[in-house]
Amino acid sequence: MIPSLLLHKGGLIKSVKFKEYRYVGDPINAVKIFNEKEVDELAVIDIDATRNRRPPDIKKIAEIVSEAFMPIAYGGGITTIEEVKEILFNGVEKVIINKACVTDPALVSEAARLFGNQSIVASIDVKKSLLSGKKVYTDNGKVNTGLDPVNFAIKMQNAGAGEILLNAIDRDGTYKGYDLRLVHEISHAVTIPVIAIGGASKVEDFSQAVQEGASAVAAGSMFVFQQPHNAVLISYPSQAELKQKLYGLIS
Amino acid sequence: MITIINYGVGNLTSIKNMLNRANVDSVITAEPEVISEADKLILPGVGSFDYGMEQLHKSGLVDTLNQKVVIDKTPILGICLGVQLFTEVSDEGKLPGLGWIKGQTVSFTRSPLTGNLKIPHMGWTDVFQYQQSKLFADMYEDPRFYFVHSYHLSIDNPVEVLVRARYGDEFAAGVERENIVGVQFHPEKSHKYGYKILENFAKYY
Repeated sequence: MIPSLLLHKGGLIKSVKFKEYRYVGDPINAVKIFNEKEVDELAVIDIDATRNRRPPDIKKIAEIVSEAFMPIAYGGGITTIEEVKEILFNGVEKVIINKACVTDPALVSEAARLFGNQSIVASIDVKKSLLSGKKVYTDNGKVNTGLDPVNFAIKMQNAGAGEILLNAIDRDGTYKGYDLRLVHEISHAVTIPVIAIGGASKVEDFSQAVQEGASAVAAGSMFVFQQPHNAVLISYPSQAELKQKLYGLIS
Repeated sequence: MITIINYGVGNLTSIKNMLNRANVDSVITAEPEVISEADKLILPGVGSFDYGMEQLHKSGLVDTLNQKVVIDKTPILGICLGVQLFTEVSDEGKLPGLGWIKGQTVSFTRSPLTGNLKIPHMGWTDVFQYQQSKLFADMYEDPRFYFVHSYHLSIDNPVEVLVRARYGDEFAAGVERENIVGVQFHPEKSHKYGYKILENFAKYY
């Protein structure tokens, strides 16, 4: 049950299908609210870093970590071992690697060897194209690598990733539920935990993803918008609701 | 006032922020002079055992800490690598630890039953209390904490084991003897459960 926060130009945004950015607030303020909600873990992704070819903003990361009373996974712009080391040193538990998984899989292996598999999350963005089916995309959904998601997930597992963050671009921000077929395919192809993201609107969606093999679930819109009018309101299901609908499925 | 010892082992601000929330003043410092004057100490830390000991030596803090903790009996809370450094030696390194607690820091046993365990142990894990302690006073029901570690405590005197957890086998997740107390998990990343630990340390020690 991991809220995923997207950093863009210093603020938090939420996207639909990796586009249509909408400002949803200040990251530190959001972290403070998630403290109150006792979230299990928080994913923070800087969606500008890779695009602008700049390294992770360590100062910003440290600032967020300092306010977070829960474990943090950080992704965005990571291209070197030194960056991984510095991010972990600044109090982040897991680093999320996306583009470098494609361009430099050795980075995943080396980081996993040095810091433990569990610290390294391979983030795989998947989009359906009409002609060729599901493919792995990078650069915020702009670049089609042509890679098959299942084979790529296996490759990342072999490289040493401890988890896969599986993002269905077509579902992002749509509230249509997770791409359960994709979750099923990937979860059954690898033994490492798969975290599904993209499309969740309610706790029942989490349960379905878990039933299809996801080890954990993440979501963005659901935690920052309130239906029916998509007003910005940070929320998180109560521990009681999670216990009743979700935890039984996981253990 | 709690003095958080900064010896170059990671980001300590979240500990300070959690103490702030409990209305406890704290200071993060590497200065032996400031540490000598402390009422209460926290020794945090992430990283390897030898790296931690080297950093303590480099910062010139070992003598100061021995004086404070062993002679003056100033309360000290070790967190993660911090509590491991309280032991005499670690499987992870060659340097002797601070040796305040009789025992060692050991790797997770890879018995056939636990062979599939991933190391480091990372995640939320329930703990069960082993001895009455003020550190766990008024603790919420079913306490769970966030752990990140590849090695764990092995304490010679079972009476000093404060709390246990299970990852494959059971292991000591905390230790307490007189003014010395420590936990393997990260209270500063464990929401209200961790908050209670820090609050109790400030209040009762």
